[in-house]
Amino acid sequence: MVRPAPARLISSSSRRQSRRIVNGIMLGLTGLATLLALIPLIWIIASVLINGAPALSVDFFTQTFAPTDVGGGGILHAIVGSGILIGLASLMAIPVGVLGAFYIANHQNTPLGLAMRFGTDVLSGLPSIVVGLFVYTIAVAGHGYTAFSGAVALAIMMLPVVLRTTEEMLKLVPRSLNEASLGLGAPVWKTSLVVLLPAALTGIVTGIMLAIARVAGETAPLLFTAQGNNVFSTDLGQPIAALPLVLFKYATDPDPVRNTQAWGISFIIVVFVLVLNIGARLLTSQRTRR
Amino acid sequence: MASLTKPRLMTRSPLQKWLQHGDLPFRIIILGSALILLGLMIGVGLMLWLASGPTRTRFGLGFVTGAEWNPTGDIFGAVPFIVGTLATSLIALVVAVPLGVAIAIFLSELCPQRLRAPLGMMVELLAAIPSVVYGVWGIFVFIPSVVQPVGDFLSNTLGVALPLFQGPFFGSSLLAAGLILSVMILPTISAISRDVLLAVPQAQREASLGLGSTRWEMIWKAMLPYALSGILGAIILGLGRALGETMAVTMTIGNVTQLPSSVLNPGYSMASVIANEWGESRTELYASALLQIGLLLFFMSLILNLLARLLVWSVSRKNPEQRA
Repeated sequence: MVRPAPARLISSSSRRQSRRIVNGIMLGLTGLATLLALIPLIWIIASVLINGAPALSVDFFTQTFAPTDVGGGGILHAIVGSGILIGLASLMAIPVGVLGAFYIANHQNTPLGLAMRFGTDVLSGLPSIVVGLFVYTIAVAGHGYTAFSGAVALAIMMLPVVLRTTEEMLKLVPRSLNEASLGLGAPVWKTSLVVLLPAALTGIVTGIMLAIARVAGETAPLLFTAQGNNVFSTDLGQPIAALPLVLFKYATDPDPVRNTQAWGISFIIVVFVLVLNIGARLLTSQRTRR
Repeated sequence: MASLTKPRLMTRSPLQKWLQHGDLPFRIIILGSALILLGLMIGVGLMLWLASGPTRTRFGLGFVTGAEWNPTGDIFGAVPFIVGTLATSLIALVVAVPLGVAIAIFLSELCPQRLRAPLGMMVELLAAIPSVVYGVWGIFVFIPSVVQPVGDFLSNTLGVALPLFQGPFFGSSLLAAGLILSVMILPTISAISRDVLLAVPQAQREASLGLGSTRWEMIWKAMLPYALSGILGAIILGLGRALGETMAVTMTIGNVTQLPSSVLNPGYSMASVIANEWGESRTELYASALLQIGLLLFFMSLILNLLARLLVWSVSRKNPEQRA
């Protein structure tokens, strides 16, 4: 009978050495990868700030479109247009999102509730260009490009963000608060709007800020809806200018004056989006610390 | 003894009772709001399907197998765009998956506690920068300073033997769009993978360390296999984002309607052809062909989302006490 060789219980020192080296290298690489990911972030922000700053002037903010041979004008029309589009989109998306979240939060495990949660996921993962085409088919085809249809497209982009964060925040409100209010005889609607909503308000505001940040730079859905306009306009039934649309046009323009203006618009959009994002994160971190 | 006046405990008019003191209208309103969402999801698919009808009746399946896109001759085949989209997304995944998973490992296992939140936030801020700004940065900064040298290097070395890396190379290309996409999907992959890794039970880590493994062996042999399906879900969500990205790709891919044979060639992606040619689509058939491409994008993102959610769910469900 051949006896099996005794198992090597303790690895030899050279093997231990190599395991330790592999450990060190691989762990080091993960740290390196994290540093590497910060390079594009810093690089993008730095180039936007450096290249964008020279374009900023009082005229840039207070004048509307002009040909480049007379200085190129400013982007007031686009600032106003973006403001109208985002404001109108918020008016549509925020009430629907917040109220819809009450339904989904109250119906966690019903088939309809699950379908709606999945719908939120799908809608938030939908390419923005598909949203633009959809709004084109329902609101633009046959009527022409309008500011209103642009706001609808942006509202569809905002809706899942508002809905998802509101739902998450409602779930965090202690159950006892809900039960206390109902136990005192308050109807469900009063409990929801007067007790639960204020308790979840910080989180909901965060969600709204992130939703606005998400659509502030959206370009693709506006191509098929608001279309853009070189003329100052506040008419919801006409095409309207928006910062990202002007940015796209100026960045692909062969004229270097336009390119500089494109950097200036990037500056405005990036600062706006970053302030909203960082502000939203600070709000939530304060809340969780409490 | 004077009789006490009977306190009025309840005031119920029949109308109030029927309205359940306002709860019935409230329930209807919140149900209606939630139904808008479902309606949108179904509506997007339905409307794009109807609007792209002319293309389907004219070309049928030939639309996704035809390689010729000739608007003046009314011939529409989407193969160049499908290839462009798949190629750029694949380049993005090749770069972003190893980096994203490494970042997730670092943030969930190794990073000092006080750096975890700020570093995680900075990586996620990459997702907050709008697509069109990536495009501007790509055109004026990234292509001249990174893509151009990398592309020249590839065409001079690998390109000698492999047609996949052959020039001519002028900056705007599948490679440029793919590399920018990789930056854009990095936060998606790393953030979700990190959440999945954090959901791996502590016992899994302790058992592995207790058996004498190094930290890397613990991560590689005990954690990654456990979290694999969730990480796969994160990768698929990243892919979904890459497939539908429009502006950054439109501005860097070159926008040439030809079947690319090398990653250094300019090309066209599905989303970028819609964005770029929409203004020129004069005929109904042309517009419906672009809408048909949109419908394909819709189905792709629907399927990828479904798959990814199931995978991420399966990991967080394995371990009910910690939520991913």
